[in-house]
Amino acid sequence: MKTVIFLLFFLVTPALAIQPDEILEDKVLEERARVISKELRCLVCQNQSIDDSDAPLAKDLRVLVRERLQAGESDEKVIEFVADRYGDFVLLRPPVKASTLTLWISPIVILIVGVIFLLMRFRKQEKNMPVKVPPLSSEETKKLEAALGEDKR
Amino acid sequence: MFKRITFLPLTIVFAVSVLFAIYLWQIGPGGKDISTLPSAMIDKPVPEFDLAPIEGRKLGLKSGDLKSGLSLVNVWASWCPPCRVEHPFLMELAEKGVTIYGINYRDKPADALRFLRNLGDPYKRIGADTTGRVSIEWGIYGYPETFLVDQTGRIRYRHVGPISSEVIENVFDSLMEKISKK
Repeated sequence: MKTVIFLLFFLVTPALAIQPDEILEDKVLEERARVISKELRCLVCQNQSIDDSDAPLAKDLRVLVRERLQAGESDEKVIEFVADRYGDFVLLRPPVKASTLTLWISPIVILIVGVIFLLMRFRKQEKNMPVKVPPLSSEETKKLEAALGEDKR
Repeated sequence: MFKRITFLPLTIVFAVSVLFAIYLWQIGPGGKDISTLPSAMIDKPVPEFDLAPIEGRKLGLKSGDLKSGLSLVNVWASWCPPCRVEHPFLMELAEKGVTIYGINYRDKPADALRFLRNLGDPYKRIGADTTGRVSIEWGIYGYPETFLVDQTGRIRYRHVGPISSEVIENVFDSLMEKISKK
């Protein structure tokens, strides 16, 4: 019995913000609406998309997205409609623009700087390595084997 | 003896700490409100809309009404506590002769009417946005919000959150003076 209850916990899914009455009958349109909703930030709770948020504004926007899709608008047009009114901040994936260049380029710059830094360190370490040790002579090898052989016995 | 390399990580940590300290100061004592966003609607004409009056009132609000002179458009609801906080300041502005229009957001007519009866009515006209659709057209995400609309029907300023005497003195007064001089 305990195992059954335990296993039941795996059936628990995160609660969906989207209400049954919002869902479109047209499966293709609904799927598009879900994708768009995941791209749009809920401005009330800021770190959630409107697909995740329970805020009334998020619901209004979800309904709006679906209505515009039903009216035959393209995904881009729907997103543009919302961004025109709420600004780029509403887009969870910021567009590449002059004002967002730092955002997009800085990770690459930091990566390059890091790689250069590491390469420089490796090179320095190589330089500081002690002089190469000459390989063992045949006499030394014999001695070594003898010593190891003793150990085995 | 320390090598130069020993100080590099320390310097980076120090620099980052200073940066964080500056940001913290800005949102704390600096008074910067990071929850307000720049409006995408500034300097754009007001969106096209036509709202019916609150049930039981005569005058609704449509975009054409906003082209007859400098005005404030205030988005409010009876269920919104900050709207109550800012209401006396709206009354004050209305008494001074400022034209204020209202958009009543997702409210029950009876509640909205009681709000106005108890606290006073500073609005020249009020449109009832029962579905929240017109508020989306305005790019509204917090309540209350107040827009300054010039005589040509263009949005010139947007304030998110309750207005206060500071906001009126520091922002609206000078802006309204500047715009009406032109």
